[in-house]
Amino acid sequence: MAQKEEDKILREVTDKEYAFGFTSNIESDRVPKGLNEDIIRMISAKKNEPEWMLEWRMDAYHQWLKMTEPEWAHVHYEKPDFQEITYYAAPKKKPQLDSLDDVDPEMRKTMDRLGISIEEQKKLSGVAVDFVMDSVSVATSFKKKLAELGIIFCSFSEAVQEHPELVKKYIGSVVPKGDNFYAALNSAVFTDGSFCYIPKGVKCPMELSTYFRINEAGTGQFERTLVVADEDSYVSYLEGCTAPSRDENQLHAAVVELVSLEGAEIKYSTVQNWFPGNSEGKGGVFNFVTKRGLCDGFRSKISWTQVETGSAVTWKYPSCILKGDESVGEFYSVAVTNNFQQADTGTKMIHIGKNTKSTIISKGISAGKSQNSYRGLVKINKGAENSRNFSQCDSLLMGDRCGAHTFPYIEVGNPSAKVEHEATTSKIGEDQIFYCLQRGLDEEKAISLIVNGYAKEVLNQLPMEFAVEAQKLLAISLEGSVG
Amino acid sequence: MLEINNLHASIEGNQILKGLGLSVKPGEIHAIMGPNGSGKSTLASVLAGREEFEVSEGEVSFQGEDLLDMSPEDRARAGIFLAFQYPVEIPGVSNINFLKAAVNEVREHNGKGKLSAGDFLKMVKEKSALVQLDGQLANRSLNEGFSGGEKKRNEIFQMAMLEPTLAILDETDSGLDIDALRIVAEGVNSMKSADRSFVIITHYQRLLNYIVPDFVHVLHNGKIVKTGGKELAHELEEKGYDWIKDEENVEA
Repeated sequence: MAQKEEDKILREVTDKEYAFGFTSNIESDRVPKGLNEDIIRMISAKKNEPEWMLEWRMDAYHQWLKMTEPEWAHVHYEKPDFQEITYYAAPKKKPQLDSLDDVDPEMRKTMDRLGISIEEQKKLSGVAVDFVMDSVSVATSFKKKLAELGIIFCSFSEAVQEHPELVKKYIGSVVPKGDNFYAALNSAVFTDGSFCYIPKGVKCPMELSTYFRINEAGTGQFERTLVVADEDSYVSYLEGCTAPSRDENQLHAAVVELVSLEGAEIKYSTVQNWFPGNSEGKGGVFNFVTKRGLCDGFRSKISWTQVETGSAVTWKYPSCILKGDESVGEFYSVAVTNNFQQADTGTKMIHIGKNTKSTIISKGISAGKSQNSYRGLVKINKGAENSRNFSQCDSLLMGDRCGAHTFPYIEVGNPSAKVEHEATTSKIGEDQIFYCLQRGLDEEKAISLIVNGYAKEVLNQLPMEFAVEAQKLLAISLEGSVG
Repeated sequence: MLEINNLHASIEGNQILKGLGLSVKPGEIHAIMGPNGSGKSTLASVLAGREEFEVSEGEVSFQGEDLLDMSPEDRARAGIFLAFQYPVEIPGVSNINFLKAAVNEVREHNGKGKLSAGDFLKMVKEKSALVQLDGQLANRSLNEGFSGGEKKRNEIFQMAMLEPTLAILDETDSGLDIDALRIVAEGVNSMKSADRSFVIITHYQRLLNYIVPDFVHVLHNGKIVKTGGKELAHELEEKGYDWIKDEENVEA
């Protein structure tokens, strides 16, 4: 009881200080804003990192200094001032609320409609919960089960401490630290993220992070994920959350690296619903992400599935390097833009090994005054005998003030390759909506049906429970965009 | 059941309906015939609630309620069904799921509660047999890649599933070969009942060989200019529409 009272007082005090903008001891675990060598040393020291990790960061930083921000994407935004950003802050506790009644009603409505359980809603919105024996034991038994199989699934910081040999071996092996402007920045200043290793021959028995996503909802601005699937192993990894995320950090520059060894398969699914800015285009997250997978062995496979509905500006190309002979790369994407959102997203399939195969299914949906671009590269290297690619890029327009663009790049260096590209653009028809209305469905249901039908091939790739939420999310993101 | 009075409607400033009147009682079958551009499809669209059409004058009541005041989905839920002249394709949306959503929406509106999966499938089996569509529906997207005849049969199948009070068939016979025409007509005939009415819009008399109307109306220049029994349809088939136009001009 006394403990509770104390917490309450503490909460009141901290809330007040926050409200009045004082700096207090509670926020002392924060480095000054700006970026220089000292800041990077401080971050590394705070995380108690080994020397090699610091050197790696420093090298990335020096490469970054020589780079300029890319401008080729079909997006327009005010460039961030990198000296105005605070690069390290200990994870800030969200203000604890006493009950769901204190949660922003708009947010609650959305979560209700997404079908998120009350229990999860509480956790997602930071409502204080009493210990629920059930969920704790579920989490514990999950962890026990994973450990029995030798699967490592932990935070990136923990991995640096506990499994340095694995981190050292694979970090930067797919996305080199100087790969591009934002990847270099991330490499210099990343604060945390996830690490996952599946040992030889192990099929991970559960979707990683379906349960854990709640605990990971507070991930930071410069996130780093590394997934390694050793020979003949399998893992399905889920990232993100359908619940709307309001984040005060405007710039998000994450790096995701996947390594799939001989005979292994990684299925990586993302649902991204960061704050897209308001309906006038103010605010919103810049989502500049580098995601890449390496199929590094005979018959290895990597499959990316993404449902992108959030962020003001998205710049993201989950890619596959098909190095192993007969390796397979897949990319399934639905990107929705509404109001003033801008998305430039797609993939790169780099065929190096013989008989490699890639599939690209991209479904763009633009509404409001948004701009939605698909940008993709299919590259068949000289030695990639008998490689195959099939690409399908569809765009759906809602209204007449939005834009859809397709930038396919195809480079074929081997005459035995077969590359197919199909593209369509369609408008969601008044006729289609009226047809649904005439059968008794309301407009919201009609749009939901039509859009989910359009995106079905991609949604089918998502794990079941995620797919249901993603379907609802698509409909909600497009609300009010017709008529 | 349906009372239309002095209905005036226009689209993009063009006056199409110019004082149309029609009264349909429960259980009746009314055929509306007329030359191209006379306003037949406009009538269907206005009754179903298409927004592009502006009603400037007149009233329409359906089961005592002001139909023009209702949203398209509420009209559908209240029992108005339109078999479209050109049924749209909705890629990726399964025919069966679409129908299930529609049937349950209408049922819930009428306080009946959702159908169980088993009951729904039983109903699908029974009703799809009426239009010889059984077994072809479950895995296909709504109207996508359907032949003209399949689309029209699918409309009648949906009608059978939704069990409307008033069914409006907008040129359902157009583009059908003789076999498909018979199948569609049999589907409609099997649904005749004392409390269900039909308004059948058609250009040709041939559908009326199979579905026998109680009344035939001739629509010309936005108005009903002649009403008769089923013989009128035969007369039109023989003589065309010109004599009606002439007759009206004389009257005018």
